[in-house]
Amino acid sequence: MRQFLQQLVNGTVLGATYGLIALGYTMVYGIIQLINFAHGEVFMVGAFGGLTVYRYWLPDSLASNVWVALPAVLIGAIAVAVGVAVVMERLAYRPLRNAPRLAPLITAIGVSIFLQEAVRLFYPGGKRQQAFPQMISSGTFDVGGVTVPWVSVFVVVVAVALMVGLQVFVKTTKTGKAMRATSQDPESAKLIGIDVDRVIVVTFVLGAALAAVAGVMQGMRFAQIDFRIGFLAGLKAFTAAVLGGIGNIKGAVLGGFLLGIVEALATQYVPHGSSWKDVWAFVVLIGVLVVRPGGLLGERVATRA
Amino acid sequence: MPGSTRRRWRGSVIVLLPLLLAAGCGGDEEEGTGGAQATKVVKIGVIAPLSGDLTATGTGIRNSVELAIRQANEKNKVPGWRIELAAEDDAAKPDVGAAAAAKLSSDAAVVGVVGTYNSSVALQTAPVLERANIVQISPANTNDTLTRGQNFKTSPTRPYKNYFRTATLDSLQGGFAADYAYNDLKVKNVAIIHDKKAYGQGLADSFKGQFEKLGGKIIATETINPGDKDFSAVLSKIKPLNPDMLFYGGEYPEASLISNQAKGPQAMKAPLMGGDGIVDATYGKTAGAAANGDYGTSVGAPPEKLDSAKQFLADYKAAGFKDSYSAYGALAYDAANAIINTLPTALGSATAVDDAVRRKVLDAVGKVNFGGASGTVAFDQYGDTVTKALTMYKVEAGVFNPIKTGEFKG
Repeated sequence: MRQFLQQLVNGTVLGATYGLIALGYTMVYGIIQLINFAHGEVFMVGAFGGLTVYRYWLPDSLASNVWVALPAVLIGAIAVAVGVAVVMERLAYRPLRNAPRLAPLITAIGVSIFLQEAVRLFYPGGKRQQAFPQMISSGTFDVGGVTVPWVSVFVVVVAVALMVGLQVFVKTTKTGKAMRATSQDPESAKLIGIDVDRVIVVTFVLGAALAAVAGVMQGMRFAQIDFRIGFLAGLKAFTAAVLGGIGNIKGAVLGGFLLGIVEALATQYVPHGSSWKDVWAFVVLIGVLVVRPGGLLGERVATRA
Repeated sequence: MPGSTRRRWRGSVIVLLPLLLAAGCGGDEEEGTGGAQATKVVKIGVIAPLSGDLTATGTGIRNSVELAIRQANEKNKVPGWRIELAAEDDAAKPDVGAAAAAKLSSDAAVVGVVGTYNSSVALQTAPVLERANIVQISPANTNDTLTRGQNFKTSPTRPYKNYFRTATLDSLQGGFAADYAYNDLKVKNVAIIHDKKAYGQGLADSFKGQFEKLGGKIIATETINPGDKDFSAVLSKIKPLNPDMLFYGGEYPEASLISNQAKGPQAMKAPLMGGDGIVDATYGKTAGAAANGDYGTSVGAPPEKLDSAKQFLADYKAAGFKDSYSAYGALAYDAANAIINTLPTALGSATAVDDAVRRKVLDAVGKVNFGGASGTVAFDQYGDTVTKALTMYKVEAGVFNPIKTGEFKG
């Protein structure tokens, strides 16, 4: 039982990161039906943005103060990720808005490779792993024999807060309403005076900001980042988004947590689980899609022309 | 108009071509001779990663070979002949290495090759060079199958008659690690994690074999996927078994994460031990404070601690190379000298390098026996070095420091 709870904790923390990144996939898909494969790289670039602020801008006297360093790193990460996402949308995706679906998809893969290589070649020492500041104590505490690191508490609390915040934003604000309208029918949204281009940019900005926070979290948890982290994280987050029902915000969160927990439990309870955990994650995905093709919370399969 | 431009351009190429050829020849002739007498040229190749992540290691190998060649030319070790270096980049990739081997074997003056760094690259270069009867000596390959074939444990057979190495084997490395863990660290229960790759699994298997033979217990064997970042689930699974030590078969990117997560988020006390794949400067930086107290084995003795290597270190410094000789410099220097030492006899009265010369070099390398920088340089019937020195390193203040050099007797 204790092992079960321990793995549940591990899975929840892993899932929180998946969920945050998955939100970016699902929102962009919900608005323009684009699977933005470069989103994993936005996550990576965000982590590097945070590292840059910590390493080059923060004076040493402030770097040790978590109340200054952590917000500064988060802001730096968000600024860089949002900047990259906005430029990416403007230069790579907007010109292809009315092109066949396949064109932006291939473009997204191109952007992804571009961002990876850019960091590898031009970030100082970018070819190797970079040590990432841990900022929060690397200590742990025990609850009934279950070891919980403090940084994991931070990760889950922030992730859940952001997820709830996003939900509130989309449900209550005017911009959120515009997003929902655009998602349902961009043509009609345009007719009633919604600036669709602006809504799309806002969507990219929100997704990038969440991914940047996830990037900083990953850096803090593992104390290191490299230019390749976006690929696997992006793939898992995309899986989480599909699992929950792509285009559905609650679905992305649910899918993220579910995927993380399945991976952790598979490692514990399935023979050779630690190397087969990805296989079990995809078995769950296939199982869900067979029963519910739209994903767990997907209301309908997007068939709009 | 366009037509005449093209014609003029073509004309200039025809004029330039002989000039270019002449310049090309001049370039070859230029180095070293001073053009006094027409010396005959013999070449020693290097295949190593000279671009990409492993550039530092590869450059150290290249420079050390160059040093050996320079010294041989200065001392006129091979009278009537001038030795040249032909260095090729393999980018740590098997296919690039195979192309480099093909290029070197088509160069009639090449008699031998020092390289590669990666075992996976050597698997491609050795057969190519074998067809041309060119000897290959690796300063760094540790995979057992290269000299003893697929069934190296039960029925070793030598796959490439031209392949030798001055580096020791993974099976010895794993055994050496097991000896140290059991006898020196008094470790009894070990959990093994490996990445399922040829190197990682081979190393883990050889550690396990020796550790159990000594009476130790392997309480868990887990595998991970290279590229993974989050190892909390697999570590949580191991933790309740209370291992005294973790043994990791694989390379430093995952090893540093495992070390960090084991000691930080999992609050485990057990140190991590690995092979030469984790002994890298990056490990201490990215694993942070968690790395301190971890162990790693590496092939050969640290040159800084060897009396035999003092001259090499001084000469290397005096030669003014920009980059360090790196972990495999002394072994590469010895590999180059093993080839050079055979040349006076093998070349004899030959007027140019031909197949007969290459065969003679190949035979003679198998019989060399001299004191090199890294220790005695001689090869057994499989082409493996007889000097089986291995070194245990411990991370202190983020840096791998050598703590014990020895041999594994089996």
